[in-house]
Amino acid sequence: MALLSPPGTGRRPARRRPGHRPRWTGLGFVSPFLIVFALVFLAPIAYSVYLSLYRDQLIGGNHFVGLDNYRQAFTDHEFWSGLGRVGLFLVIQVPVMLGLALLAALALDSGRLYGRNFFRVSIFLPYAVPAVVATLMWGFMYGNRFGLVASLNEHLHTSIPDPLGPRWVTAAIGNIVTWEFTGYNMLIFYAALRVIPEALYEAAEIDGAGQWRVITAVKLPAIRGALVIATVFSVIGTFQLFNEPSILKALAPNAISTYFTPNLYTYSLSFAGQQHNYAATVAIVMGLVTMAVAYTVQVRGMRKGA
Amino acid sequence: MTAPARLGEAGPAAGAAAPRRRPYPLPVRVRRRTDRRSRRSPLLTGLTAVVTLYSLLPLVWLVINACKTQPRLLDSFGLWFSGRFALWDNIRETFGHDHHIFVRWLLNTLLYVVAGAGGATLLAVLGGYGLAKFVFPGRRAIFAVVIGAVAVPGAALAVPTFLMFSRIGLTDTPWAVIVPSLVSPFGLYLMWVFAAEAVPDELLEAARMDGSGEIRTFFRISLPLLAPGIVTVLLFTTVATWNNYFLPLIMLRNPHWYPLTLGLNAWNEQAATAGGQPVFNLVITGALLTVVPLIAAFLLLQRYWQSGLAAGSVKE
Repeated sequence: MALLSPPGTGRRPARRRPGHRPRWTGLGFVSPFLIVFALVFLAPIAYSVYLSLYRDQLIGGNHFVGLDNYRQAFTDHEFWSGLGRVGLFLVIQVPVMLGLALLAALALDSGRLYGRNFFRVSIFLPYAVPAVVATLMWGFMYGNRFGLVASLNEHLHTSIPDPLGPRWVTAAIGNIVTWEFTGYNMLIFYAALRVIPEALYEAAEIDGAGQWRVITAVKLPAIRGALVIATVFSVIGTFQLFNEPSILKALAPNAISTYFTPNLYTYSLSFAGQQHNYAATVAIVMGLVTMAVAYTVQVRGMRKGA
Repeated sequence: MTAPARLGEAGPAAGAAAPRRRPYPLPVRVRRRTDRRSRRSPLLTGLTAVVTLYSLLPLVWLVINACKTQPRLLDSFGLWFSGRFALWDNIRETFGHDHHIFVRWLLNTLLYVVAGAGGATLLAVLGGYGLAKFVFPGRRAIFAVVIGAVAVPGAALAVPTFLMFSRIGLTDTPWAVIVPSLVSPFGLYLMWVFAAEAVPDELLEAARMDGSGEIRTFFRISLPLLAPGIVTVLLFTTVATWNNYFLPLIMLRNPHWYPLTLGLNAWNEQAATAGGQPVFNLVITGALLTVVPLIAAFLLLQRYWQSGLAAGSVKE
C-alpha cells in the first residue's frame, strides 16, 4: 500500500518531545470530522449490515434470517444482469475513457501544441457540468424529437440507429460518462507528467531514444501511480453508476429497466418496492465487489514490472 | 455517477501557494524539456482539437438552443440558430414559471452549497491540520477507515441513511441534504497532505514557546498558510454539492426543498410524459443557468484547481 499511506508520516515524523504537549489536542481538531463521519458513514454501514440479516414480512413481522438475503442475491437474475452491465462498462468504457485522457495528456505534455492552455481548460470543463445537465444535453441530442441524430438521418440520409433504443442505450450512457470524466482524468495524468525529473529526459536523449521510446520508457512508467489511481476511481465510479441511467430513463423509458445497474436496482427495491432489507443486502454485496476489484487493480497495478 | 470523493487527484496546491514563503519541495522541472527543441505540430494540434470539439460540442448545443423559442427548438437543426433570439425571454420565463420555483431552487442550491460545502471544508481543514501536525493515538486507524470509506458505494449508504433520517424526522428537510454533505474524505486527505507541507513544525514550536494556545496558533498562524489548500477543497466540495443529485433525490419529496439538479429533472420528466406541459425550452435554459456559475468559478480559479490536482497525483 505504498500508494496510499498517511501523508507526512514517513519522510519527516512530527518532532515532539514526549509529554511536552497534551497529545489529545490533535484529536480535538479531528473530532468534529470524526463525529459527522461516524454519523453519516459508519452508522449507515452498521445499520445496513443489520438490515441485511433480517426480513420484514407481513406475517411474523421483522425477524432474523441469517444469510438468507445474501443467498437470494446470488441467485437473483436481475441483480446479475445489472452487475453484468456495469462489468461490460468496466471493460469497455473505462479503457476508452482513460486511453483518450492519456493521449490528450501526452499531447499537452509534448510541448508541440498550439494553444495548449485553451485545450487543457476546454477538455476539463465537462467536469464542472452536473450529471443531470450532461445527461439532459446528450439525451436531447440523441433524441428523435429535436435531436441531432434525427437531423442527421433526415438531412444526410444516414441511418444511425436510435441511441436511446434498447440495443444502443448502454453505449449512449458510456459516451455521456466518457464525456464527463475524460478531462478530469487527463488533468491527473498531465499533472503527473509535468513533474517527471528533467534528468530522466536527458538520460533518454543521451541514449538516443526517439519520441515513442521516451513515452514508453520514461513517461508511462513515471506516471504509473496516477494511472492506477485514475483506474481505481473509475472502477468505483462505474460500479456506482446511477445518475445517468436514472435521468435518461425519462427519455428512454423502454430501454432502461429498473435493474439497469445494481445501484438503480437498490434504489428501486427500497423506494418503489419498500424492500429495505433486500436493498441493503444488494448494496453491501456491491460494496464488497467494488472494494475487491479496486483493491486488486491497485495491488496489481503497483506491482507490475516494479 | 456521483463523482466520488476522489482523494488521489489532490494534494498541496503548491504552485498556487504563497510562493514567497518557501520553494515547493517537489522536483518540479524548471524548464520544459521540449521547449528547447520541439517544433509545434499542426497534426497533433488538429487531433487534440477533435477531442476539444467533443468536449465543447454539447455546451455549444446548449447555448444555441437556449436562444430558441420552443417551436423552433423542436423543428430546427440543433447546431445552428433559428428564428428570433429568445434567450432573454427564455430566462425570464424560466425564472417566472410556476410561481418563481426556479428562484427557490437556486436559493436552495446556494443554501446547500454554503452550509454543506462550507461545513465540509471547515471540518476537513480542522481534521487535516490535526492529523498532520499532532501525534495522538489512532491516527493510522483514522487514515485507514477514511480511505476505505471512499470505496463504499453511495447507494450502500443512501438507503440506511434515509431510513435513519426518516426515523428521526430529518427527511424532507434541508438537514437531510446538508448533514451527509459535511463529510468529504477527499477534502480531509487533501488538507492532511497540504498541512503537512505548508505549516512548518518549527513555527508551531515557536508559537508554543511564546505561550500561544493551540486554538489561537491555529487561527493566527496556521490558517493563513493553509489558505490555498482551503480554496481548492472549497472549490471541489462546492462542485460536489452543487451537482449533487442522488442524495437530494432520496431525501426530498417536497419540490420546495429541491436543488436545481432535482428541479431540472422534474421539469424534464414533466415534459417527457404524455399530457405533461412541454417545457423543453425551460429545461434547456435552466440547464444553462445551472452550469454557468460553476464554469465561471472554474475559469476564474484556474490556478487553484490545476495545481491542486497537480500535487495530488505526485503524492505517492
